[in-house]
Amino acid sequence: MVAATIRIQTEDFDAAAEQRALTHGRRDIGAVVSFTGLCRDEGGRLSALELEHYPGMAEEEVGRVAREALARWPLTGLTIIHRFGKIAPGGNIVLVVAASSHRRAAFEAADFLMDYLKTRAPFWKKEHLVTGDAAGWVEAKAEDDAALERWEKD
Amino acid sequence: MKAVYFAWVRERVGLAEEAIAPPDSVVTVSDLMDWLAGRGENYAYAFENARSIRAALDRRHVKHDAAIAGAGEIAFFPPMTGG
Repeated sequence: MVAATIRIQTEDFDAAAEQRALTHGRRDIGAVVSFTGLCRDEGGRLSALELEHYPGMAEEEVGRVAREALARWPLTGLTIIHRFGKIAPGGNIVLVVAASSHRRAAFEAADFLMDYLKTRAPFWKKEHLVTGDAAGWVEAKAEDDAALERWEKD
Repeated sequence: MKAVYFAWVRERVGLAEEAIAPPDSVVTVSDLMDWLAGRGENYAYAFENARSIRAALDRRHVKHDAAIAGAGEIAFFPPMTGG
């Protein structure tokens, strides 16, 4: 099983550079799927999202989710980066880069990882409004929990 | 044991972390939330809807019926909204 590269950081990331680093010098990778989650402004309403995380558990839980994906699909490379702190609209929040010999495993693993990161990784988003009014916490969506069920049946 | 709070649970309690010493009658995560809720208005507010709060023991997700014995750190937080 390959080892995943996992980083929980405030710094921005370069998705293209991370993908290049994952595939550099490799001749066995036939497919690489890169997913980037960005901060959106919700129709001009938000000035920023602030991501709080549980230091220690965030790294460990993302690691557990990564190991599940590696056990489930024949991946030949995996990078996961999740940022915390204040992120402006247009900024990067999360990156999943999954590589495999064939496309199906790479697509499915990236999709699975995002579903699990959303509901299991200990991160919480707070909205900062352009009006400067009191910020509020984003509520978890029932559809995110429902998305997990796709992966739980055979 | 150490209790840590995140997001609106942290804001309502007014603390990010604290040392707690619950009595022996507090056996499960659920018992602990009830006990914490009785410690003051801020705790009562934080834990008023305990079903919507998630918990982790020593940095692993657990259900509310999990036993807290032996754990060094318990965390309370809302459902996660990362990704």
